[in-house]
Amino acid sequence: MKIDTNLNDMLSAVNVPADWVGIREVYEAHTPRMIRDGVPVANGHYSTHGIMVEVLVNGQFGYYGTPDISKSGVEIASRNAFYQAKEASKYALHNFTSEVRPKSVGSYKSPFVKDIRDVSAKELNVLLLEAYKQLKVSDKIVSASSLASTIETNFHFISSNGSDIGQEFLMLEFDLSATAVDGSNQQTRTFGGMRGTCRQTGMEFLDQMEILSQANKIGEQAIELLTADETPTGEMDLVIASDQMMLQIHESIGHALEVDRILGDERNYAGWSFVKLEDFGNLQYGSEHMNITFDPTVSSEFASYGYDDGGLKAEREHLIKDGVLVRGLGGMESQVRSGINGVANFRASSWNRAPIDRMANINLEPGDSSFDEIISNVDKGVYVESNRSWSIDDYRNKFQFGCEYGKLIENGKLTKTIKNPNYRGISNPFWNSLKMVGNRDTFGIYGTPNCGKGEPNQVIRVGHASPVCLFSNVQVFGGA
Amino acid sequence: MENQFKSLSKKLFSLLNKDEVLTVSFTGEESQFIRINNAKIRQTGLVDDSDIQLKMIANNRTCSGSFTLSGDENIDLSRGEFEINRMRLESKEILEDPYIVMPSVSGSSHEIKTASGLRFDDAVEAIMPVVQGVDFVGIFSNGKMFRGNSNSLGQEHWFETESFCLDYSLVSKNHQMVKGTFAGTDWEQDQYEHYLKMSKQKLKMMELKPVTVDTGEYRTWFEPAAVSDFIEMFSWGGVSEASIQQGCSGFGKMRHDGARLSPQLSVFEDFSTGMVPKFNSNGEISSPVIPIIKDGELKNTLVSSRTATEYNTITNYAESGEHLRSPRMEAGSLSQENILKEIDTGLYLSNIHYLNWSDNPGGRITGLTRYACFWVKNGEIEGPINTMRFDDTFYKYLGDNLVHVGEETEYIPNTSTYGNREIGGTICPGILANSFSLTL
Repeated sequence: MKIDTNLNDMLSAVNVPADWVGIREVYEAHTPRMIRDGVPVANGHYSTHGIMVEVLVNGQFGYYGTPDISKSGVEIASRNAFYQAKEASKYALHNFTSEVRPKSVGSYKSPFVKDIRDVSAKELNVLLLEAYKQLKVSDKIVSASSLASTIETNFHFISSNGSDIGQEFLMLEFDLSATAVDGSNQQTRTFGGMRGTCRQTGMEFLDQMEILSQANKIGEQAIELLTADETPTGEMDLVIASDQMMLQIHESIGHALEVDRILGDERNYAGWSFVKLEDFGNLQYGSEHMNITFDPTVSSEFASYGYDDGGLKAEREHLIKDGVLVRGLGGMESQVRSGINGVANFRASSWNRAPIDRMANINLEPGDSSFDEIISNVDKGVYVESNRSWSIDDYRNKFQFGCEYGKLIENGKLTKTIKNPNYRGISNPFWNSLKMVGNRDTFGIYGTPNCGKGEPNQVIRVGHASPVCLFSNVQVFGGA
Repeated sequence: MENQFKSLSKKLFSLLNKDEVLTVSFTGEESQFIRINNAKIRQTGLVDDSDIQLKMIANNRTCSGSFTLSGDENIDLSRGEFEINRMRLESKEILEDPYIVMPSVSGSSHEIKTASGLRFDDAVEAIMPVVQGVDFVGIFSNGKMFRGNSNSLGQEHWFETESFCLDYSLVSKNHQMVKGTFAGTDWEQDQYEHYLKMSKQKLKMMELKPVTVDTGEYRTWFEPAAVSDFIEMFSWGGVSEASIQQGCSGFGKMRHDGARLSPQLSVFEDFSTGMVPKFNSNGEISSPVIPIIKDGELKNTLVSSRTATEYNTITNYAESGEHLRSPRMEAGSLSQENILKEIDTGLYLSNIHYLNWSDNPGGRITGLTRYACFWVKNGEIEGPINTMRFDDTFYKYLGDNLVHVGEETEYIPNTSTYGNREIGGTICPGILANSFSLTL
């Protein structure tokens, strides 16, 4: 239940001599529904509603996040934020001006066809139960689950320099999962790996025929993995499906290009970056096949939006063009601190956290190779789908990723199914080994609801779209 | 906060029909955050947050909801009423739940830990002058935290604590780092300044010439902070009874194949330390101490009441996610002064980073070295190592390859602030493994 508010009225209650004041209101409601092993394990509706009052004093921002949505609550919040900013300004890292909160007026509404209220709780429970039945293809499936979680977010931002931005989002996270066990052999197969299937969409996404068909395939593949060969160990060609490219882009490009990381803000938590400020415009990040965009304009991708939380209008930009690093993931604060061209990515997880540089949609642009052409170019290699394990160092160099499902590639053809496919590498040489990029037919749109960063910590939603890609000479290996 | 929670709970219970049972949980904080980079303030502010979580059992169904507590009685009651009506309607629509866990009345509790912390208005001047002259980066979190639970059968719990945590890194000119966590309840300026002084001295060791280590197997000492990261992994696809039953646990080998870890290893869920609320979100209270691994043998998993009902076993009143809430590992006999001698030649790892299961059934965990990690030769530190990736199974380094357990334990606070500030931490010693695998 969202209580109506009047932010202009609230702004008028602010009575501190700040150089700039902003009020950001966030209401968000999650409605997860999940069936596991034939019974409902989640039917919830979790909402949060609050405001963040931000003030600029002597070049230093201070904030107060509060659930008190009254005028007096805002007045108290602004006084406290003012005092915090004033005290902190004696040790300010940077002397900001209101140029980092540009005036913007506008709105954004995520696209959908079928409203959330068009599908009842009962209908959704029944659909998820049917999906579970399709996942449970054998008694060797010891656990299976189906999940649909809708998210409604309303965002309103106004400021003393005239910004007034409204944004409304309807999102869906969907997953199917089947775990097959035979003795100590445990294999899990999901719908895109690690909740990778997440979109800005309405209930039209829940097409019953498609879901039941996918559920059956996932159950069958979990069983197939029980008798599959172990992934071979060695240096070989690696073909990565879109749902694993999602993770590859996220960890070894997205985080590495966050300008606040490069400036050192994250060194105590998420880490630094192998990318330096002087690398922009110069670093050959990857092969000439590599084109990475920051693109908040892709319809239905998970992190599309009109404006970031500092009020900057969001536009598509190339981060890496023909393999060369050209632009950073830095919002206005990072841009004035670093002098590096950035994007509208100053984002907060909710009303109770201050914005920082985040990914939005970070995509690998399609090339011109078909899936068959890519496979036919591999004499010896593996094809991998769906992430199940991820780890990368604090400079975003040494990564190791594990996938759910693999296929051997022998003499240009997909052959046997293999289990426990893992690979490791170092980001910069790895991306320079990018040999072929799939065309739009191989392009998949994924994302993650769980990107963690920041102090205090924040989880945010990001989108990643990519075609299938071929990398050469990668260290590949299997299970214990 | 307590009065708000109790008053609202009472009003919500009065809205119930006779066949409905409601559990109300509360999570709240009044926090200050000061984010620092290069000994300057990057961001600062305050956050008040309070969240009411509801679980209604009606018509053999379980429905959940939550909303933000605004502090305005009328708004909060209308939000609660809306949620109860929504759950009531939904309980007639959704599928029946065969494993319902009804709340019980097994005793109420009330625990308020007062502290002489650092006033929000004084924090900047207390912290910042001391960190000047060094590349200091991190976060200061400070203030009160609240947890509550009540149910319509009459049970009530309240837990309130006040704490601070300065979680930081010092960075040398050659980009080597030392980690520090100054945390507690009563702020003592002298202790803080002494702690920082010790960190600065440790940073000098990082100015030694870095050593490049090849991949391979090494004798390795893990400081308590690194050990706590391994224990944390047990909470994710490890110690949960549900995860074992559902085929997603690294503890399966211990349960099904009789695998044992080193007899020197004992890990407990230990609420006697008083760091966390004794009650879970269902209002249940566990035994003060639950042995998880005793002398290398799996003694207990964490079993929630729902898991116990579903898999016909006995609950130990774990939280619904069946994660460790207050882990403690028993100390051993290796003294601090003998650590380098016992390593002889190998690795000294102060911290590890970004752990994940690379093969969950096999117990294999991958991750990276981070912060003050050194190469030791003939019992002496030669220099900090460059970042290395490891990938090895805990069945080895906590099993046959475990040589010694340190005689001193440390309290490693949980510094997580996702959603809200976490309470508690891990008590554990360091360990020495005869072999540990570096892979990249």
